[in-house]
Amino acid sequence: MSADRTPRTLLLLLVAILAAGPFAPQWTLFLLTVALAKGLVVLGLMMLLRCGLVSFGQALYYCVGAYAAGMLGRLYEVSGVLTLMLAGMAASAAVAFVLGFLLARYRSIFFGLLSLALSMILYGLLVKTETLGSSDGFNVLPSTLFGWRPADAWVRYAVLSVAAVAAFVAALAVHRYLGTPLGRLAPAIKDNEIRVEYMGASARTAIHVKYVIAAALAGLGGALAATTVGHIDPEMAYWTTSGEFIFITILAGTGSVIAPFLGALIFGIIQTVAFDLSPNTWQMVLGASLLLVIVFLPEGLWSLFKRRKIA
Amino acid sequence: MEQLVAVLIDGIIYAAWLFVAAVGLTLIYGVMKIVNVTHGSFYALGAYAAASITGWALGQGMPEWLSYAVLLGAALLVTLVVAPAIERGILRHMYVKDEVVILLITYALFLILEDAIKLVWGVSPLFIAEPYGLLGSFDVLDLTYPYYNLILVAVAIASGLGLFWMLGHTRTGKLLVAVIHDTEVSRAMGINVERMYLFTFTFGSLLAAIGGAFTAPTVSVVPGLGIEVIVLSFAVVVIGGLGSLPGAALGAVIVGLVRSATIHYLPQVELFVIYLVMAMVLAFRPRGLFSIAEARKI
Repeated sequence: MSADRTPRTLLLLLVAILAAGPFAPQWTLFLLTVALAKGLVVLGLMMLLRCGLVSFGQALYYCVGAYAAGMLGRLYEVSGVLTLMLAGMAASAAVAFVLGFLLARYRSIFFGLLSLALSMILYGLLVKTETLGSSDGFNVLPSTLFGWRPADAWVRYAVLSVAAVAAFVAALAVHRYLGTPLGRLAPAIKDNEIRVEYMGASARTAIHVKYVIAAALAGLGGALAATTVGHIDPEMAYWTTSGEFIFITILAGTGSVIAPFLGALIFGIIQTVAFDLSPNTWQMVLGASLLLVIVFLPEGLWSLFKRRKIA
Repeated sequence: MEQLVAVLIDGIIYAAWLFVAAVGLTLIYGVMKIVNVTHGSFYALGAYAAASITGWALGQGMPEWLSYAVLLGAALLVTLVVAPAIERGILRHMYVKDEVVILLITYALFLILEDAIKLVWGVSPLFIAEPYGLLGSFDVLDLTYPYYNLILVAVAIASGLGLFWMLGHTRTGKLLVAVIHDTEVSRAMGINVERMYLFTFTFGSLLAAIGGAFTAPTVSVVPGLGIEVIVLSFAVVVIGGLGSLPGAALGAVIVGLVRSATIHYLPQVELFVIYLVMAMVLAFRPRGLFSIAEARKI
């Protein structure tokens, strides 16, 4: 068995982003930060997909994270970015802990449909909540780092750095988790759940734990997205947002914790380029790429890297 | 009293619309075990085809009463072109894949069709109000309803009874029931399952397109029309039980009445209540109200 190269690669990527950031044009910083935020959500979806579960409602936790961060600013004028991120994670994890008791009993299409229903409930609630701006949402306070606000030209870079460090820590933690017995249970649950139970492990508990972790990651991603974009609205919980996350998960594949971030970045690039070239057919380009990946790379884009290593 | 009558009438009209929009989804799931996201695209395709063809025909001096037949014909035309192409060209090569992966494939197709619609019909809204206004309206107590709504109800009843009759009393229907119960045994008995799939996908999509076509006169036909229909019809068929025909009818009636009651009495919860019902049903009867128990596979 070869040495585990993932932590080193992650560290190299982090250093590369931090070093190249000051020289990169502003729009690429924005693109990269959004990709990191979405990558965090996808990282959680990847953990669930390894058990064979597809959540069509992960936007629920993305939205909870974003609104938790936004409301802290709106109600209590909290602007510290670390507090906001932790709040987003905690809020999503708490919701997922409760809902997990219900959802951990569901598999395949029913898991997907129930999570879809739950995210649509939040959407319906937010659209009708006038104090939170109904369907328009509201603007998020500009955030600070330990009470310090960088000069305007450096804001994007500062947010990117925070996002990159957060993504680095999250990816490393998930990577470690995947190596633990509980983490290694995932493919076994996907293959044959009853045998997992004969082994003495509880599939339901394992799924519940993964579900909460995935939600915490989505909440973190949501809080980051709120800080980056500066505006949040109920669309964040709509089913098309969940669809986008699943799209990226399939595009990326479940081969490595780096894959979700790579997938999110590629998704962002396809979206930006396709939207620039022809605003009316960018969804067509996305749909076609998803089809091609499902047909020709069933293990996602990450399998391209794996094959090269073996060769 | 008057409000209660209004709730009932609105609920029935809304339920009729939901049933037509959703029943094809449950048929396709029952036979093919596909949760079909492109269903929303066919709804939108039906609406666009109906609006443009009917608008054109009326411009050519066609008598207005013929427009109802043209709405139906437009839905039929667009489905017969697009649905077999999708089933033969793409879906039939994917049936070996996992249920969830096939769902994602239909999601990809939905994204593609969404933009294909924009390419064909452009992004500006289409209107055809003639079929809606033609029939006039009737009064119940002090409330006025256009007669057109009754057409919607008639379409729903006709498609529900028609489907019921087809499944129970025609050769194709009986073959379909066999495929629903056991695909492999049906295949062994010499049923051409591939042809049944093609028929089911086309027919299920046609029902969605009819739903869209008959809704077109009541709304402005704009891009994104099918997006909400997808989750709404998911909700309806999940409540009734995926693959169950009476289930879809019951689901439509429940969602229709619940929504119209909340619109009248508690408009703040209008949207969310549908999904709440869906989540509650899934929580207590995961396979829907009309469902058959399924053994766990070892």
